[in-house]
Amino acid sequence: MDGWWKKNPYYVEYMVHESTAFFVAAYAIVLLVGLLRLSQGEAAWNGFLEALKSPLSIVVHLVFLVAIAYHAFTWFKLFPLTMPPMIVNGKRVEPGVVVGTGWTAAIVASLVLLGLVWRIAA
Amino acid sequence: MINRKRSNAPIFWGLFGAGGMIAALFGTMLVFITGIAVPMGLLLPANTMSYPKMLAFAQNFIGKGFIFVVIALMLWHAGHRIFHSLHEIGIHPGFFARLICYGGPLVATIISAALLLGLGF
Amino acid sequence: MSEQKIIEIEVLRYLPESDQAPHSEIYKVPFTDDMSVLQGAQYIKDNFDGSLTFRWSCRMAICGSCGMMINGVPKLSCETFIRDYYPNRITIEALANFPIEKDLVVDLSSFIEKLEAIQPYIIPKEPRTVEQGEYIQSPAQFAEYIQYTSCINCTLCYAACPQVGLNQNFLGPAVIALAHRYNMDSRDGGQDQRMELLASMDGVYNCSAVGYCSEVCPKHVDPGNAVNVNKINAAKDYFLRFLSPKGGSK
Repeated sequence: MDGWWKKNPYYVEYMVHESTAFFVAAYAIVLLVGLLRLSQGEAAWNGFLEALKSPLSIVVHLVFLVAIAYHAFTWFKLFPLTMPPMIVNGKRVEPGVVVGTGWTAAIVASLVLLGLVWRIAA
Repeated sequence: MINRKRSNAPIFWGLFGAGGMIAALFGTMLVFITGIAVPMGLLLPANTMSYPKMLAFAQNFIGKGFIFVVIALMLWHAGHRIFHSLHEIGIHPGFFARLICYGGPLVATIISAALLLGLGF
Repeated sequence: MSEQKIIEIEVLRYLPESDQAPHSEIYKVPFTDDMSVLQGAQYIKDNFDGSLTFRWSCRMAICGSCGMMINGVPKLSCETFIRDYYPNRITIEALANFPIEKDLVVDLSSFIEKLEAIQPYIIPKEPRTVEQGEYIQSPAQFAEYIQYTSCINCTLCYAACPQVGLNQNFLGPAVIALAHRYNMDSRDGGQDQRMELLASMDGVYNCSAVGYCSEVCPKHVDPGNAVNVNKINAAKDYFLRFLSPKGGSK
């Protein structure tokens, strides 16, 4: 089975979307560090904010952004495979519609989150 | 021979699915907000992540829950996925793989719960 | 009359009596545009080497016996045409993830064992007498499982599934799709018995949602979805078994 995933473009894409997990984990650890710094008081938190402003951090977060966006893209793309068939009015919903609904939900959730953060901050 | 013993996978698979969903719905925008927009002063008010605001958020019941769910579930999601990927590239499930992929998220879950409780209400 | 076209077919040969390991042989096969890869193999057997061994029967994608790896992709050789590969070489090998018995013939005994284990037949909910007459099933109840009845046991999905390659005991796509076929049948009452296997160490959670099984299925059974739906069913069984009065499987 060595190197099985290199033998077919379908498997290569699978391994690429599976590997987004490393970036999800790394970002969750950044957030955990942030939470730790927050609990240590204002000076520690401000140090964390400064660290986030470094060019390296920005570049790393751009990589996270691409990887996690790809995770979201593939997560919903797999819905016709991973989710029970959706039945509406006794008819099975087309796979393309299921995927589209998932992507729309992700966009709506993102905009709601941005809106909430903006409102809390303003 | 088929091993008929019941698998405990539903626990880890459930956490994987929940974390994957959280990351898919909110992950991209969260990275944008915390890692790009706020540090670069784009789009959002400059004090969006100031200490008083973040403290208030982490002391709010809903804010606390959101932070906990995002950190813990994303790590359970990633750990389970990485555990499978290791198996797929020939590093088979052993003590070390389990320790890192499931022990890590477990420790992170406990730490984040403790920190959030420590920040008070 | 156009010139006779010739294609190179590379065949993975394995003769258990004399070979230590499988090896490739290349044959130059004249073909016409209506010729399938199966007919290419038959041409080789008839004209170059009568010992070449492969399974086939119906030649029309019904029997499910002529599956092989064609340029690395699991396909039924009877419905795969040589013209689609010309002028490149075609490579044919025995189905992946199974032991080779001889040349293109694989040993399916592990598949048969799994298939028998999930009891692929209707297990009545309660004994039924002839006087009670036939079962009544609505078109909606029929629609629940009809898709899965299309499975022809060709095992292309096993050759497509890396998890079958990694764990030879994994029940695998077709067997789980067939378990699902009977579970979804309104006449059937065997869900609990099948759940023991679906929820087991060699059951549905071996699947990591690669999805290639459904991609290669020549009958659009979508075994991948059947596997993943049963992850949800097995999780419900796992968490809710203590609530149900009769309990789930052990």
